[in-house]
Amino acid sequence: MYVAVKGGEAAIANAHRLLADRRRGDRSVPALRLDQIVEQLGLAVDRAMGEGSLYDRELAALALLQARGDLIEAIFLVRAYRTTLPRFGYSEPIDTGAMKIERRISATFKDLPGGQMLGPTFDYTHRLLDPSIVGEDAEVPAVRDAEDEQAPRVTDLLGRQGLIEPDGDVGEDHEVGDLTREPLDFPLDRDLRLQALARGDEGFLLALGYSTQRGYGRTHPFVGEIRIGEVEVEFDIPELGFAVSLGRVRVTECQMVNQFKGSAKIPPQFTRGYGLVFGQAERKAMAMSLVDRALRAKEFGEDITAPAQDEEFVISHSDNVQATGFVEHLKLPHYVDFQAELDLIRRMRAEFEGKQEAAE
Amino acid sequence: MTTEISAEQRARKRALDVLASAPSKALAERWDAFGDKPDHQRLRGPETGLVMVRGRAGGGGAPFNLGEATVSRASVRIVTGEVGHGYCLGRDLDKAEAIAVIDALRQRDATRIDAEIIAPLEVLGAERDELRADEAAATRVDFFTMVRGDN
Repeated sequence: MYVAVKGGEAAIANAHRLLADRRRGDRSVPALRLDQIVEQLGLAVDRAMGEGSLYDRELAALALLQARGDLIEAIFLVRAYRTTLPRFGYSEPIDTGAMKIERRISATFKDLPGGQMLGPTFDYTHRLLDPSIVGEDAEVPAVRDAEDEQAPRVTDLLGRQGLIEPDGDVGEDHEVGDLTREPLDFPLDRDLRLQALARGDEGFLLALGYSTQRGYGRTHPFVGEIRIGEVEVEFDIPELGFAVSLGRVRVTECQMVNQFKGSAKIPPQFTRGYGLVFGQAERKAMAMSLVDRALRAKEFGEDITAPAQDEEFVISHSDNVQATGFVEHLKLPHYVDFQAELDLIRRMRAEFEGKQEAAE
Repeated sequence: MTTEISAEQRARKRALDVLASAPSKALAERWDAFGDKPDHQRLRGPETGLVMVRGRAGGGGAPFNLGEATVSRASVRIVTGEVGHGYCLGRDLDKAEAIAVIDALRQRDATRIDAEIIAPLEVLGAERDELRADEAAATRVDFFTMVRGDN
């Protein structure tokens, strides 16, 4: 129960003023500009954007600045901002097969049409702190003539041989679920799960994905492919009667290939988990694909024994804005609630003492 | 949209695609340099809103909602009566309005718009893509197999 508490106005105003001061920090240090955050803290920006579920790098940078670098606070700010804007509609589904690829790797096939490109990765770095990057300009990247070669999705290559389950279509009349419009009603279809996972907390999904690897709902995963790059967003313009590109967004896609399933009717096939995230967010896309596969347990008739396979548990707790809201509300005044608890414990104590005295 | 579109619509789409993808600064420079811009009346916007971006399960399967993106749009009528529409990712209202005016003007004089605005922006975009592709290609792994000796 909440009660109106008065008397905090001046304290709150001054606290926010103090926050602004601490956010700015030492005035002799130059203030950060948004373009510096966008350009130089790009992956933090991408995470705020992905989990904020709003593609706008400059807004995500502003949110990070305002939140003093607190990612969940920044994500909260981005989510709040999106509620102030009207929705123009839904895009055509992006085509990750036509991506302008910056990074593409596969752990299942060495030789791929289109090749494997490491791109701007932390992999194979020595993870040694390097003070020499401070204030230094970087070398320009090396270039090599790109071959004009298609880079089909690895899962399509396996699919051609029928060794892997297809992408999975639904009937034409299936309405795509949208959790920003309708409250979640379990059990969910996969489209809603994917939407929830795409905006879910990276740490939570990472831990769940890890748990499946450690045996809590094992899925025997291989990274079929990770690709990062830009894709066109096409939007059907009613005034024109056809779709046009709104521009490009950068996304990270992970195709997880998992061990087999078959039945009396279907020969054994690899199964799959899918991850797709705004920005460059490889760990998140991988975690998402692991959890997506784990959550398909029921579809494959697998026993549900582990947290990562429990749809209601996973999806109800994957949103860090919801989670922080409920956890952090504990800070708010609960004076009346607590007063009731105090009364109760005093009564219990009195009863306890009464019984003890009677026993003596 | 799966319906077929005409050659004229295709050309208009191509122009709008190029304009939307163009960096704000490059588009503004081209548009500033363009002589005799027509007066125009705003029919809608410019305004910023959201488009829910969709992906597909597995890359090619059933659609799902990935997340929203900010989008700006504008619709204008130029003095000669043509109506143009501009849409682009982001919150740059000037860009959306410029695209709408260019789209309207292009219906009067496609040749000039294509030559002075669309083609140069397309070249710029292609150069940027090529550089990016070449940078990525430099990180391509050339696998070779170590031959184990027969000992």
